[in-house]
Amino acid sequence: MKLSVRQREYWKRNLRVTALLLTLWFVVTFVVSYFARELSAVTLFGLPLGFYMGAQGAPLVYLAIIWCYARYMNRLDDEYGVGDGHGES
Amino acid sequence: MSDYTVSLRRYYASYTVGFFLLVLLLAVLERHGMPPRWIGYSFLMLTIFLYATIGILARTASVTEYYVAGRKVPAVFNGMATGADWMSSASFMGLAGALYLSGYQGLAYVMGWTGGYVLVALLLAPYLRRFGEYTIPDFLAARYGGNRARIVGLFATVLASFVYVVAQIYAVGLITSRFVGLQFEASVFVGLAGILVCSFLGGMRAVTWTQVAQYAILIVAYLVPVTILSYQVTGVPLPQLTYGQVLQRVDALEQRIFADPAEIEARRLFRERAESYHERIAALPESLDDEMHRLSERIDEMKNGNAQMRDVMALERERRDLPRTTAEAQGYWQRLMRQAAQRGEEPAHHLTAYPGAGDAVNETARDNFLSLVFCLMVGTAALPHVLIRYYTTPSVGEARSSVFWSLLFILVLYLTAPAYAAFAKYEIYSSVVGSSIAQLPTWISSWGKAGMVSIEDINGDGLLQLAELALNPDVILLATPEIAGLPYVISGLVAAGALAAALSTADGLLLTIASALSHDLYYKVLRPGATTQWRLVVSKSLLLAVAVLAASAAAVKPGTILLMVAWAFSLAGAALFPALILGVFWKRATPSGAVWGMVAGLLVTVYYMLRLHVESIPWLGLEGIGMKPWLGIQSTSAGIWGVAVGFVTIILVSLLGKPPSQATQEFVESVRYP
Repeated sequence: MKLSVRQREYWKRNLRVTALLLTLWFVVTFVVSYFARELSAVTLFGLPLGFYMGAQGAPLVYLAIIWCYARYMNRLDDEYGVGDGHGES
Repeated sequence: MSDYTVSLRRYYASYTVGFFLLVLLLAVLERHGMPPRWIGYSFLMLTIFLYATIGILARTASVTEYYVAGRKVPAVFNGMATGADWMSSASFMGLAGALYLSGYQGLAYVMGWTGGYVLVALLLAPYLRRFGEYTIPDFLAARYGGNRARIVGLFATVLASFVYVVAQIYAVGLITSRFVGLQFEASVFVGLAGILVCSFLGGMRAVTWTQVAQYAILIVAYLVPVTILSYQVTGVPLPQLTYGQVLQRVDALEQRIFADPAEIEARRLFRERAESYHERIAALPESLDDEMHRLSERIDEMKNGNAQMRDVMALERERRDLPRTTAEAQGYWQRLMRQAAQRGEEPAHHLTAYPGAGDAVNETARDNFLSLVFCLMVGTAALPHVLIRYYTTPSVGEARSSVFWSLLFILVLYLTAPAYAAFAKYEIYSSVVGSSIAQLPTWISSWGKAGMVSIEDINGDGLLQLAELALNPDVILLATPEIAGLPYVISGLVAAGALAAALSTADGLLLTIASALSHDLYYKVLRPGATTQWRLVVSKSLLLAVAVLAASAAAVKPGTILLMVAWAFSLAGAALFPALILGVFWKRATPSGAVWGMVAGLLVTVYYMLRLHVESIPWLGLEGIGMKPWLGIQSTSAGIWGVAVGFVTIILVSLLGKPPSQATQEFVESVRYP
């Protein structure tokens, strides 16, 4: 199959948002955890920040990442007229 | 919103209310003197009966219904079913226990098991849904042209799922044995019947709708006890927000308890004991005979004197348990030495990340934490029983949204798990540690009978020191209601929830194994001409066979729940993740590259696990094959080597070979573009 310009553009935008969100995921997961001890000077809800991020912060960021991705991509599908029905997020 | 979705919502809402009423009814009955044993029975029997009813109502003989629930599960419900499918006994029981035992280090599981969904959502779910077949080996075969990739993928699927399902059945056995009072081995097989009623008849369709019901039960069961505890301790019924405050109190208690002279003495005695085992191992084989003589002499001495009968019997049991051969003695004493050494260690503070000597950061602990997080995430994105869930949604858009709903429903439990550990620790540190051993609460003896809690007054002061209390992490959650002195009906509720968690995951896994074998191996490879009817018959018989096999493996208690589950994640991640990701994102990946990559990743992981856990394999004539871990990484994170090797192998072998065929390239494009 020969790819049209629009299809290439669609895929490029898909890759860009994926890369951006994965970077965020990486920072929240590995960079923050690596410095967990250094972050313990700050406290949030009575917990050292490093602990808080592992227990609640990171999981909530993950949820936000997935929400953004689903919303962005489902709109992109619409924009390119390739959607096949949506969820309700 | 369609009529279908509306009626589904109404149906499940009334069902949840019904379940609440049942709990209330049992609570009232308990007040009026219904014996605890009957409450346990009612919870377990009624919930299994409920699952069986849904399973039978949703029975099916259609292939699409059987494998992918007709592809018409709305995103929200698919999210709930994935939640139940996903949250196994490891999340329900193991997680709170791990957090209790290791504090910050346990958060690796919270992060790993939620962050993996980012990978699922961004890198796999939409593409798999667009592909739209039945199993993960289906995808591998389509992408990597042919049956070689299918068979390797199939093997990895079956292996990882099998290890995982063993852990679930083990948990079912544990719950049944405690609440119905059967022997552990017998309970395993009783629990198995509960698992089979759902998946056997209706396949994915029945499993999905049962899992939605199981989600409701497990989440209610998880939240109720800790909410009550939070209200009792802090006056606010929101454990997720109050546990920070409770952990600060735990921190203060830790300061006092860890520095208590009696505590330090008890730890020293345990270290001495470890030392004496070490000497005994060094002095083998003579020391075995010496030990036998010593015990016999003591027993005679005590029999002639006027010692308590109970003490004599304890010594006789010790003599009976003594190993017969040198090799056995080595393993036996090494285990005892490790246990004693562990109890003699300085305990870590709950809130401190990577505790090392003094204030230093423990580098090995940090490496292990990060690599465990990585393995659990990659495993999440490679475990077939989760991935095939995204074949069941009606569209690609719904597949994306469905991942969001899955994680939302899962987070309800994961955000609460650290609270469990905090409140349980608070109760134990503030009211159990330091109390008289003669007057310990009843939960210690009732769980002691199940072999999950043991106490030993090593310094003989009649008081319980923290070092003298050994808890198997798997019971923290089940025992929390009793630790907090809540009515028995809450314990029953928690048991029903734990059972729901284990059953739902076991169902999903067994179904994955059975469909991999019947669809991928039997239908696609061995007998492409098989009729639909016959394929379902094959699938159901395989399901039964695999279930019995897994139950037999679980009956020998191969490890703690969390350990077995972490192995399953490492195996799945190492074998499947690189091939799946590169399959979508790198057109140049070739069939040979994928096959060699999967094989290499899997082999490296298995090799690492074996050499860290097994000293000798007698039937292969291998002796002394144990080794030191590479860079101090534990076997639970073995997948980190496997994933790395997998990626490198696929890339190298692919680049060395010819680019994949035109058909394959077009396939990749068809998955990428709608």
